[in-house]
Amino acid sequence: MDPARAPSIVVDGLSKRFGSFSALHDVSFNVERGEIMGFLGPNGAGKSTLIRVLCGLLRPSDGRATVAGIDVVEDPEAVRRRIGYMSQRFSLYNDLSVVENLRFFGGIYGVAGRPLDERIQFAVEMAGLKGRESDLVATLAGGWKQRLALGCAILHQPATLFLDEPTSGVDPSSRRRFWNLIHELSADGVSVLVSTHYMDEAEYCTRIALIADGRLIALGTPHDLKRRSIGGELLELACGDIGSALDLVVAVPGVRDAAVYGNALHLLVDDAEGVAATVCGWLAGHGLPGATVRRIAPSMEDMFVYLVRASRAPQPAGVAA
Amino acid sequence: MRIRRIVAIARKEALQVVRDPRSLMIALLLPLMQMFLLGYGVNLDIKHIPLCVVDQERNQQSQDLLKRFAASRYFEIHEVAGTVARAGHLIDNGDCRLAVVVPLGFSRNLVDQAAATVQVLVDGTDSNTATIAAGYAASLIAGYSSDVQLEAIQRRGGQVQTLSPINVQARVWFNEDLESSYFIIPGVVALVMAIVGAQLTSLTIAREWERGTMELLVSTPVTPIELMLGKLCPYFLIGLFDAAICLALAVGWFGVPFRGTVVTLFATTSLFLLVVLCIGYYVSVTIRSQVGASQIALILTMLPTTLLSGFSFPIDQMPPAVQAVTYLVSARYYVTILKAVFLKGATVPELALPILFLAIYAAVLVTLAARSFRKTLD
Repeated sequence: MDPARAPSIVVDGLSKRFGSFSALHDVSFNVERGEIMGFLGPNGAGKSTLIRVLCGLLRPSDGRATVAGIDVVEDPEAVRRRIGYMSQRFSLYNDLSVVENLRFFGGIYGVAGRPLDERIQFAVEMAGLKGRESDLVATLAGGWKQRLALGCAILHQPATLFLDEPTSGVDPSSRRRFWNLIHELSADGVSVLVSTHYMDEAEYCTRIALIADGRLIALGTPHDLKRRSIGGELLELACGDIGSALDLVVAVPGVRDAAVYGNALHLLVDDAEGVAATVCGWLAGHGLPGATVRRIAPSMEDMFVYLVRASRAPQPAGVAA
Repeated sequence: MRIRRIVAIARKEALQVVRDPRSLMIALLLPLMQMFLLGYGVNLDIKHIPLCVVDQERNQQSQDLLKRFAASRYFEIHEVAGTVARAGHLIDNGDCRLAVVVPLGFSRNLVDQAAATVQVLVDGTDSNTATIAAGYAASLIAGYSSDVQLEAIQRRGGQVQTLSPINVQARVWFNEDLESSYFIIPGVVALVMAIVGAQLTSLTIAREWERGTMELLVSTPVTPIELMLGKLCPYFLIGLFDAAICLALAVGWFGVPFRGTVVTLFATTSLFLLVVLCIGYYVSVTIRSQVGASQIALILTMLPTTLLSGFSFPIDQMPPAVQAVTYLVSARYYVTILKAVFLKGATVPELALPILFLAIYAAVLVTLAARSFRKTLD
């Protein structure tokens, strides 16, 4: 196979157990070059474990994985030379200055001389830290720390980047700026595997892998996943008493599922037009007049709730792409 | 192994030490404090023993005897007690260790019977001090006794044989004045180096785990050997600096004679430093918490060095089983070397055996420390 076209990351039947606890179970997927693969899932779903296995920090219990064509168990050092990693917890040196941190990682990755100076300048500009090069990292606010951590992770220009919840605890505008940086890297051909629990961030990814309870329950582009995996159409129903309405609508013919979103209900239906025509009358007949209904496009959150529920149902829903 | 990575880690570590008050204190203040504390605190010389005297005779002769006690540098008269009961009370209180009672009729007995008795009461709670104090008192009184005898013979016009038949000429080598500090202080240097060395490195890996920086570090291509060498470098230099401070204090402040060469001293000190730095590093890798690692490193270095290195208790006086254990204490070899270099001016060939043992020790610990670190979070 042409190495330039080979997938950056190949994960095949990967499992990781800690004692009797199964953190990852039979996970398989590929990440192509230049792709941004988002890992979405609740806390404790196994996102960090997966990233740590791929960085060679944890040994898989079963299955295999290659990064840049190198097996993570056989030659973890070769993998580490080719990747950049941002851990969930901020892990630069707080008692070192911005430039001292960058120089340290430059030394570790064997970047030196002119190239190092250029990379440091690039990282400082990217992080928006020009003029604050000699400030101690401890004095930086969250968004700057996070961009500096990214700068350290890409100092050696790795082809693959692992970001474990990089934006947790960072304000929305910094998050936005951070995602712009990730897109620039992706455009340069860097493969990015990023985990998050922010639904809106999933929309920025090329593809999304949904993880719950250590299993990969869905994989696809954000658009595909929303359309396909939800397995129907979505209606938003607003009325005075959502609690009572929730109990009533599940009995309406054609309504497959209902969940509360804010001060409205989202109904999963097979035929949006048919249900929309009947549901308000049904509710009025059962003592809840004045309900309004409209068709909506499913959001990432709808998809997420639906898929996690389906994955936990006794019968596997068979929605994974 | 890449030199560049080692340099990067050494630089980073040095910056962190300079900016961490706790590390700085261990590096600079701890050796000074310990040298003074232990240098003055550990003193096996028995001088200025507090004494009380009870003079029931109260005449020229009894005062002559007691003046000898007052003049001696081994004793210090704490109180001239009125009664024996008062003297007993002073010993009970711990105000005095020794009481000398000159009974009524001391002078008359001396003249009439040519024999008189002086009572010495000794506090025996500290048997070592008691034995030595009683010995000093006995020899002081014996000296007075022979002077009295001499006088009596001269008064009768007798010939005096001034030379005893056998004369001992004792010459003490290496520590001519029998100053106990001369042999204690080199031991103190070893103790300080052991404690400080292990303390310095005991924080280094644990700190990375505690601050969360380790997770990123293990995801980089740095190898365990590079990490260890990089981390030991700055502490090795600090350790040598501390050694220089300790040795300067030993010679300049405590007045211990230095008869060896500085080269021998620093060559052997480097070897010992490597051992204790690796002990601290190994503990730090194993414990992963700064407080825990620091305490365990303290116990691992201070206890054996104090008790089993020959620093305070002579090894050849220990039971054979304990003597065997001392071979496992690295400080044993360093204390031997230091004493020999300081007082005997010993050179490397003369110290070949302890140096060899120390080198083996260092090799084993470096290997152990290097292998202890695993680049995984499992």
